[in-house]
Amino acid sequence: MGNQQTELDAIFHALGEPTRRAVVQRLVRGEASVSELASPFDMGLPAFMKHLGVLEAAGLITSTKTGRTRICRIQPATLSAAESWFEDQRIFWQARYKQLDDLLVALGGKNDET
Amino acid sequence: MKPDLKFRFLTDTTTHTLRIRREFAAGRALVWDCYTKSELLEKWFAPTPLVTKTTHMDFSEGGYWHYAMVDPEGTHYWGRMDYRAIEPVDRYSSVDSFTDETGTPNPDMPSADWDVTFEDAEIGTLVSTTVQYASAEDLQKVIDMGMEAGLASALENLDALLATLDSKGSAQ
Repeated sequence: MGNQQTELDAIFHALGEPTRRAVVQRLVRGEASVSELASPFDMGLPAFMKHLGVLEAAGLITSTKTGRTRICRIQPATLSAAESWFEDQRIFWQARYKQLDDLLVALGGKNDET
Repeated sequence: MKPDLKFRFLTDTTTHTLRIRREFAAGRALVWDCYTKSELLEKWFAPTPLVTKTTHMDFSEGGYWHYAMVDPEGTHYWGRMDYRAIEPVDRYSSVDSFTDETGTPNPDMPSADWDVTFEDAEIGTLVSTTVQYASAEDLQKVIDMGMEAGLASALENLDALLATLDSKGSAQ
């Protein structure tokens, strides 16, 4: 429970920033080098590396160095912890609204009779 | 023919917000009633296998709905919806918080601001709901709470349930 809490906290902090979110979105499509990831952004490399550090600390991405190139990859298991909650919420609302449909049908039928 | 109810569920972690849009095949006044009268709210607010129980309802600005969602084991998840602004048949805003059985808000748990709007739509009524938490930390707390309460596991059988509801829906 304690670990779960820390993990989710870090995930939401990490994803609560547009640059980092864009990096995650890019990496979902496949691995990429740091320079490749940094190119769409108008910011210095040190600042960009800081963002990558936050994502790595949250367990959202991993990186490995091959020669002079650092390659980043998404860590799908971590991403799913937050996503599964949202999925639960989506199902919750969907189920709730199906019930409202049924209720509206029942109430509509009653109105027709009177 | 089964109407296209256009269910949309969007999450925004930057603003700690859930946005839910859904159309209903009924007039605005009737949909409004289902949101604002406790005897009707109880019939849909908690998805099966949970049921909703009301202990207090005063749908007016400054009033509140004190309710519980009860699981099949009898565990009560108490909550309270405080109504802030009401424009009948158009919109209302409220604050949803976790409470105990007396209705006292739990100071350790975050509340969420709800904004619900009702608009005429082709098939009836479009309801748009925004559920916003004050911070990412608040949203994370609610997520932990949901996991702790086992709500996620209680909903595991929902796919089967949804299939049942679907076949019921298309039978009309």
